[in-house]
Amino acid sequence: MAISRNDIEKVALLARIKVDDDQVTALEKDLGNILDLVDQLKSADTSQTEPMAHPLDAVQRLRPDVVTESNQREAFQAIAPATENGLYLVPRVIE
Amino acid sequence: MHDKTVAELSSALASGQVSSVELTQHFLDRIRQDDSRYNAFITVTEEAALKDARAADERRQQGDVTPWTGIPFAHKDLFCTNGVRTTCGSKMLENFVPPYDATVTSKLREAGAVCLGKTNMDEFAMGSSTESSYFGATTNPWGERRVPGGSSGGSAAAVAARLVPAATATDTGGSIRQPAALCGITGLKPTYGRISRYGMVAFASSLDQAGTMTRTAQDSAMMLNVMAGHDPKDSTSIDRAVPDYTAELDQPLKGLRIGLPREYFTAQLSAAMEQTVRNAIAEYEKLGATVQEISLPHANLAIAAYYVIAPAECSANLSRFDGARYGYRCDNPKDLLDMYTRTRAEGFGSEVKRRILVGTYALSAGYYDAYYLKAQKVRRLIQQDFIEAFGQVDIIMSPTSPSPAFVQGEKTNDPVTMYLEDIFTISTNLAGLPAMSVPAGMMDGLPVGLQMIGDYFSEARLLNAAHQFQQVTDWHQMTPAR
Repeated sequence: MAISRNDIEKVALLARIKVDDDQVTALEKDLGNILDLVDQLKSADTSQTEPMAHPLDAVQRLRPDVVTESNQREAFQAIAPATENGLYLVPRVIE
Repeated sequence: MHDKTVAELSSALASGQVSSVELTQHFLDRIRQDDSRYNAFITVTEEAALKDARAADERRQQGDVTPWTGIPFAHKDLFCTNGVRTTCGSKMLENFVPPYDATVTSKLREAGAVCLGKTNMDEFAMGSSTESSYFGATTNPWGERRVPGGSSGGSAAAVAARLVPAATATDTGGSIRQPAALCGITGLKPTYGRISRYGMVAFASSLDQAGTMTRTAQDSAMMLNVMAGHDPKDSTSIDRAVPDYTAELDQPLKGLRIGLPREYFTAQLSAAMEQTVRNAIAEYEKLGATVQEISLPHANLAIAAYYVIAPAECSANLSRFDGARYGYRCDNPKDLLDMYTRTRAEGFGSEVKRRILVGTYALSAGYYDAYYLKAQKVRRLIQQDFIEAFGQVDIIMSPTSPSPAFVQGEKTNDPVTMYLEDIFTISTNLAGLPAMSVPAGMMDGLPVGLQMIGDYFSEARLLNAAHQFQQVTDWHQMTPAR
């Protein structure tokens, strides 16, 4: 299945990945080839088949609603690109 | 000393023939001398290893011993190691030093094993050749310019080159078995949920599974004994007792029923590969096994289903790399969107970006049913094929990979060609079944792997079959010439 330039630009924005104009042509080809491969799925009759999310069809376990983790803010923020007063710093969002 | 298996080293340590410090120093020396040739390691933790080795020797004197106390090994660089950087082969995590240990890391540490460092891998475990690592490609010890397979190519090359006697690895579509095959070692991917995924950098959560890379099935059983088990921190890990995987290694194979999927033994398989694998299967017949043809009718759809499910889950998992909390951040972002988009464009390599984009597309509005939901349905058809097959046979056998180690650069320009490298391994991950690759022959001086797939939680049976094979063959003892 072909994927258009427009599709790639839209998907790149959704994925929050900057794609330069000169990369789009290569991506059109690569993604097109991958989608061609994936199109084989259409040949399967799945009208009677339930989707499978977990190989053993296990379900999420519940645990008691109690605190089990200690606060490790300092350890976690020590590896952050930028912090101040215990907060993560990012470019200004609101002018 | 480096030619000994984990089991032999464990005995040597127990008898006092060697100390953990001596053993650790010996393997560290080998890494220092030889790894420039292979690039199997991203990080070598010499100081911490010697400290852990001294602690292991002290533990032994106090009588606090496990079979792993003092045994050197390496971690694939996607298991979080507290205080030691964990890169996942990516620029995104080049300087990421986790503030915690993965459960697998803790378990091996508690058993007294000594980690020598972190091994190279395809970026975020996406690849079949260990060429997409930000830290450069790993070379197969069996041939200059040959790939070691991937994504766990660093672990496989390190074990094959005798730089460590064992290494951890992970397998999402073949990333333990295919490199094990290409490097001539023994690789085990257990049942999905058998080993905790906590602290493993996630790629495709419904497929990812940790496992072992060793020279022998016996060592693999010893390693699985430590790594397996339920973990409350991983909600997909299975709450089921862990047997002693070494207990059944010596069982005779008489009556073992082996199935050969006709969809894997087709005209597309090279005659030389087919002959090598059939010779290995003939050894099993001599051991008393029976062989029959089986069918996995949906096998031809496994790659298609995988290349929807894995990219879809990867696009969700890798959304966490936003430049805000840890990992790489681009220089001078002008606003938040610019920070996200440039951080991710600069921090991820091309294969990772391709998969994120494919996954985002497959999950986007209007395409979800046609791709993700359809792939999940096909996934169940693939699983049902296996369930039916295991009504007739105990172990399914096939080649692990279509060919032995290929030349570096041969498949990097065409992603789809690279994807076909996993044609025999991927369906096992979709079904969540356990599988191994064992050295089973040579082609043009390069190792060939035999894949063995078992029913759910039949790791002990697989290890038993592999161990018995290794009692009557010596493919697993072949050593690459330096």
